[in-house]
Amino acid sequence: MKHFFRRKSSCQVAKDRLKILLISDRVNCSPEMLELIKADIAKVISKYMKIDAENMDIQISAKKGGGGRGSKNPILYANIPILDIHKQ
Amino acid sequence: MENNNVIVVTSGKGGVGKTTTSANVGTGLAKLGKKVCLIDTDIGLRNLDVVMGLENRIVYNLVDVVEGNCRVKQALIRDKRHPGLYLMPSAQTRDKTAVSPGQMIKVIEHLKEQFDYIILDCPAGIEQGFQNAIAGATRALVVTTPEVSAIRDADRIIGLLEANGFKQMDLIINRLRADMVKRGDMMSASDVVDILAIPLIGVIPDDENVVVSTNQGEPLVGKDTPAGQAYAHVVQRIEGKEVPFMNFDRGISFFAKVTGIFHKA
Repeated sequence: MKHFFRRKSSCQVAKDRLKILLISDRVNCSPEMLELIKADIAKVISKYMKIDAENMDIQISAKKGGGGRGSKNPILYANIPILDIHKQ
Repeated sequence: MENNNVIVVTSGKGGVGKTTTSANVGTGLAKLGKKVCLIDTDIGLRNLDVVMGLENRIVYNLVDVVEGNCRVKQALIRDKRHPGLYLMPSAQTRDKTAVSPGQMIKVIEHLKEQFDYIILDCPAGIEQGFQNAIAGATRALVVTTPEVSAIRDADRIIGLLEANGFKQMDLIINRLRADMVKRGDMMSASDVVDILAIPLIGVIPDDENVVVSTNQGEPLVGKDTPAGQAYAHVVQRIEGKEVPFMNFDRGISFFAKVTGIFHKA
């Protein structure tokens, strides 16, 4: 009980892990492949502006606005923090 | 007969309770007076016969039927305890390639005329045994436990069932432990439903009586034990009745109706 406020419950850990796992399972895209896509996107964007590649976030989601199945077209989300938009 | 009553019980992962569920759902439907045929499709690793306590009465099996060694009727074992309940056992000395999906469809077409329900116990995995089991089915019960590995496999199975044109898939969450859910060490039924996003049809609590009933070869559906009651409710829901879910975890209130929060999928 003393760990209650410090540690996530194992139930929450399981849910978080499953969420990420199932997204890549469902679209048949491995986490390694996502990393490659991420690196390539960072390379392209970096030509035009200075971005924070460390903190960019790439996700494949089954449907806009969260999970759920039945959607035929998954969506690729990229959240890329820009450090300097006027890179010359 | 309505053609929606050929039900495959599947899970992807092994050991989550497909055979136990098949035995209990089949027996429960027979107790309601339905004519039920249980088919064990796990060729080479048959188990439904022992769970049903009918292992000593096998003469012919599914492979004998598809190979034409006997008539369909000869392979059916009548369960003397429940009128209307029959088992088609699987072969123990063959492998999955002994039967094809086309042959399964033919056997089921034949049985459909004589039975109200056909319950197919699916083997673990997603290979030919799975393809055989789902070939003739129109409806699926997806069994999972509240564990990461079982849920992941169930998700894969649901995807494969969807790709095979299944419209009706219902979720059974097996071996739920209310005490663990309460202290945050097990996913609740609603957590699992949120992740898998198919309608829930049953929550079976972890109950040591299941082991006892398997030892004795007599399914416990309808008996006065937590799992026995939960399986009886599953059977009623399959029959289209609305039964409130038992209060096993914080996610489900005693009065939550089947049509309520769980049918959002």
